[in-house]
Amino acid sequence: MPFLSRRRLCRLAVLAPLVLAAGPLEAGAFEAVREKARGQTVYLNAWGGSPQINDYVAWAGRQTSERFGVELVHVKLTDTGEAVSRVLAEKAAGRLDGGSVDLVWINGENFAAMKEQELLFGPFAGRLPNAALVDTEGKPTTLVDFTLPTDGYESPWGMAQFVFFHDTARLAEPPRSIAGLLAWAEENPGRFAYPAPPDFTGTSFLKHVLRATVADPARLRSPVTPEAFDAMSGGLWDYLDALRPHLWRSGTTYPANKEALHQLLDDGAVDLSMAYNPAEGSSLIEAGRLPDTVRSFILEGGTIGNTHFLAIPFNAAHKEGAMVVADFLLSPEAQARKQDPAVWGDPTVLAVDRLAPADRARFEALELGVATLPPEALVPSLPEPDPSWVRLLEARWIERYAR
Amino acid sequence: MHSRLLAWFPRLTLLLFLGPVAAGLLATLLPAFGILPVLGFVEPSLAPWRALLAAPGLGTALALSLASGLGSTLLALLAAVLIAAAFHGRPALRRIAGLLPPLVAVPHVASAVGFAFLIAPTGLLMRGVALATGQDRPFDLPLVQDPWGIALLVGLALREAPFLLFTVLAALGELHADRQLAAARTLGLGPVEAWLRIVLPQLYGRIRLPVFAVLAFGLSVVDMAAVLGPTTPPTLAVLLFQWFADPDPAMRLQASAGAVLLLGVTIAVLVAWRLGETCLAVGLRPGLVGSPRPLRERCLLLGGVLARWLVLGAGLLGLAALLLFSVSLRWRFPDLVPESLTLQHWQHGLGTLAGPAATSLAVGAGSALLALVLALGCLENERRRPAAPARVLWLAYLPLVVPQIAFLFGFQMVLLALRLDGTITALLWAHLVFVFPYVLLMLRGPYLRLDPRFERAARTLGRGRLASWLKIRLPLLLRPLAAALAVGFGVSIAQYLPTVFAGAGRWPTLTTETLALAVSGDRRLVGVAAVLLSVAPLLAVAAALGLPAWMERRRRRPARLLQAPDPQAASGANRASRSSSLKLRPAVPPPSTPS
Repeated sequence: MPFLSRRRLCRLAVLAPLVLAAGPLEAGAFEAVREKARGQTVYLNAWGGSPQINDYVAWAGRQTSERFGVELVHVKLTDTGEAVSRVLAEKAAGRLDGGSVDLVWINGENFAAMKEQELLFGPFAGRLPNAALVDTEGKPTTLVDFTLPTDGYESPWGMAQFVFFHDTARLAEPPRSIAGLLAWAEENPGRFAYPAPPDFTGTSFLKHVLRATVADPARLRSPVTPEAFDAMSGGLWDYLDALRPHLWRSGTTYPANKEALHQLLDDGAVDLSMAYNPAEGSSLIEAGRLPDTVRSFILEGGTIGNTHFLAIPFNAAHKEGAMVVADFLLSPEAQARKQDPAVWGDPTVLAVDRLAPADRARFEALELGVATLPPEALVPSLPEPDPSWVRLLEARWIERYAR
Repeated sequence: MHSRLLAWFPRLTLLLFLGPVAAGLLATLLPAFGILPVLGFVEPSLAPWRALLAAPGLGTALALSLASGLGSTLLALLAAVLIAAAFHGRPALRRIAGLLPPLVAVPHVASAVGFAFLIAPTGLLMRGVALATGQDRPFDLPLVQDPWGIALLVGLALREAPFLLFTVLAALGELHADRQLAAARTLGLGPVEAWLRIVLPQLYGRIRLPVFAVLAFGLSVVDMAAVLGPTTPPTLAVLLFQWFADPDPAMRLQASAGAVLLLGVTIAVLVAWRLGETCLAVGLRPGLVGSPRPLRERCLLLGGVLARWLVLGAGLLGLAALLLFSVSLRWRFPDLVPESLTLQHWQHGLGTLAGPAATSLAVGAGSALLALVLALGCLENERRRPAAPARVLWLAYLPLVVPQIAFLFGFQMVLLALRLDGTITALLWAHLVFVFPYVLLMLRGPYLRLDPRFERAARTLGRGRLASWLKIRLPLLLRPLAAALAVGFGVSIAQYLPTVFAGAGRWPTLTTETLALAVSGDRRLVGVAAVLLSVAPLLAVAAALGLPAWMERRRRRPARLLQAPDPQAASGANRASRSSSLKLRPAVPPPSTPS
C-alpha cells in the first residue's frame, strides 16, 4: 500500500463513524475485498450431518468459484464445538494468522464462547453489501444471538423456529404442550425420544421443558449462576425423571441427533420428531426420507425461534474469501434457493418486501411444502435463553442421565 | 547400495514412525498433570485428575471399554481357534481361508455399519421376525447401542475373528503340526482336542502380538464404538474424543488425564492377559494322555462349526445389507425388501464422495509406498547386520498397542507447532505411523528368508550390489511386496482418528464420511459410502494377488540374467526360486486394519 495522504486520512476519519453507523460500505469498497479474495480457498466449518445442507453448501461453492474465484471447502463437523476447540488450540499454539478455520456456522453458546475468548474477527458483518437487505426490524434475532448482541462479529445466515413432526398415518392428534407430552408418553411408552444433549436439537427441546417448568420464564433472559440454576431447575428434573422411563428404549440410549430421530420416525419406531427448522419435514419428504403423511406442529404458547450465523475466526487464513462467501450466502439468490424445501427449506433472514421485484419473485415462487406451517401459524416465536442457562442445562443433563 | 547409507534407514524410520508416538505421548502426559503453557497452564497440578475422577459417567465408560475390549478379544480368539481346530486338514478350511481376505480388508467402520444394518431393531433380521409375527412397528429393544455395550462387543469380535483366524493359519504354515497331531491321536485324543492341546501351545507364541494389537484396539476404538456402542455415556475412548473437542480449555487437561488413564488401563490389561496365558498354560499341561472323551470332542467340533457360520455369515450378510440399502429408494419397516430400487444414491454419492475417495486413495497409496521404501531399507540393513528379532517386532508393534487417542492429541499439538496440521504431509505422516508396522511385518519373513545366493550369483557375474538387488531380489519378492502394499493401503484407508486429528478435518476420507453419515442416519447414503469404503481395499487385495501373476507371465524371470555363462547355476536358481516362493509366508502374520 502506498501512503495515505492527509486528505484521504481526514476523509477516512470523517467516514468511519458513518460507515459503522450505516453498516454496509458502498459496493466500491467491497470490490477491494473481492479482489483480494480471488484465488483463495475458504474452509467453511459447518455441521455436516444433513445431505441436503451439504448439497446446498456444495452448490454455493460452485457459485463462488465461478463468480468470484473463491473455492469453498465444507469441513463437515459433528458438533460446532469442534471448530471452536480447533481455533482455541491454534491460539494456544501461538498461531495468530494462517489458521485452519476461515468461516464457521455458529450461534448461541458457541458464539458466546468464541466472543468471550476473543477468537473472532470483526466487526465484519456490516461491511457485506448484502447486509443492507437483512430484516433487522422484523427479525430482531439477526442482531441479538440468544441474549448476546452480535456487534457485527457474525453475519446472519438463516432463520429458525423449533417445530415437531408427527406421521398422521400413525398418530393423528399429537400432544401440543410440554405437560401434555408427558401424559401422552405415559400412555404410549417407548414412542417418544429426543436427541442426547449436547446435540443442538436435543438441547433445544430441553429449553422448552425448562421454559415450561421454571416459575418465571422471563428470568431465562438474564445470566444465571450454577447455584441459582440448581435452585430454579427442580421442576425441569422432576419432569425429565418422570418422562425418562417412558422414552424410547426407556431412556437408556438416545438418538445421536435429529437425523437419527427422523430415521426412527420413518421406521415407525417413535411417533414424534423435531427440528429447529419449520420446513425440515417437507424437505425430508421431498428427499424420500419421511413418508408424505408427515406434518409439523408447534406447542400451544409457541416455540423458540432464533437465527443462525456465519463467523470468521480471528486468525482465519482467508478472511477476504470468507467475507465474499458470507456475502454471497446473504444474496437474494442464495437465500431464496436455501428457502426452497426441495433444496434445504431454511427460512431467509432478508426483508423480502424490500427486495427488488425480480428478487422478490424468487421468494414468491417458492412452494411452502406439504408439511410446513404458514408463517402466521408459527407464532409466537419465543426468545432463546441466555447462553449461561444452556451451558448448565447441558452439563447437568449429562451429569444426571449420561453416567 | 551403500552400507553406511543403509544404516540411516532404521534411524530415519524410528524418527518418522516412533517420533510421533513418543512426542505425542509426552504432549499428552504434560497436560494431564496441569502443564499446557500455551493455554496458560504452567503450574504442575493434579487438578486434571480430580476433574477426571469427578467427571460424570467415567466409571461406566471405563467399565464399558474394559468389557467390550476384553470380551471381544476373548470371543474372537475363541472363534478363530475353534474354527482352525475343527477344520484342520479338511478341505473346508481352504474355502474358509479363501473368504478371509475380503472380511479382513473391509474397514472397521464399514463392518460396524453392516453389522448394525443386520441386527438393529429395524435391521434385516428383525424385519424377518416382525414379518413373521405381523408386527408393523419395530420392537423397542436395545439391540444396537445397548447400554451394556454388548452390540459393540459382538461386532468387534466378529470383525476381529477373521483377522485372528488369518494370523493363526499363517502361523500354522510354519509349524509341522501334522506329524505331532497324528502322534497325539494315537494317544487317544480326538482331532479337535489334539489340535488344542498340541498345536495351540506352540502356535500361540506366534500370534501373541496380533492378539495384543486386537486387545489394545478393542480398548480404544472410537469409530466402531460410535456406531455400535452406547451413548450415555459412551466408551472411554469416545468420551475422551468428545472432551478433546470441547471448547472449554480446561477440558483438554481433563481429556489428557483420561488419555493417560486409558493408556495405563491398556498396559494393565496386556500384563494381566500375559499372566492369564501363563496360568492357563500351567493349568493345561497335565492330563495330556487320557481316555478319549467323545462328548467333549463333539462339543468342540460343534463350537467350531458354529463359529464358522457366525463369523463368515455375519461378515458377508453385513456386506450384502450395505449393498441393498445403498440401492433402495424407500424401504419402510417391516418390508423385507425395498419398495423400489434406484441408483440415485449412487449417483449422488459418487458426486459428493469423489473428493474423499480421491483423498483416501492418494493417502493410502502414498503412505503404503513410503512405508514400503522405509521397510525395504530397514530390512536390507537388518539382513546385513542382524538385530534381535524380538526387539524389531516389539518396536514395530508399539503404535498398535498404544491407544491412538493417548498420543494423537499430543501429536496434533506437535503438528500445530510445526505448522503442519491440516496439510496432506501431516496426514501422510500420521497414516505412515500405522501403515509401516504392517508393511514391515508382512515383508520381514519373506525378505529375510530369501536365499542370498541368488544375489551373490548375480554379483559374481559382474552386477553391482544395487543392480543385483533391484534385478534379482525385488522381482523374486514381487508377491510379498504386492501383498504388503495392498495391506498397507487397506490399513491407511481405514484410519479414522489419525485422519481427524492430523488432517484438521480438512481432508475428509471415505472413512470419516462413512462415520459422519452413519451417526446421522440416512441409511441409503451410509450404504453407498460403506460399500465404496469396502471396495477400495478389496480391489487392492485383488490387485496384489493378480498383478504379480500377470507380471510373471510377461517376464521370463531373472534366470535369463544368469543363463549365458552357467546353465547349471541357472536351472538351480530356478528350482530354488520356485521352492522359495512356496515358502513365502509372513513370519509374523499379516494384520487387520485398525482405524
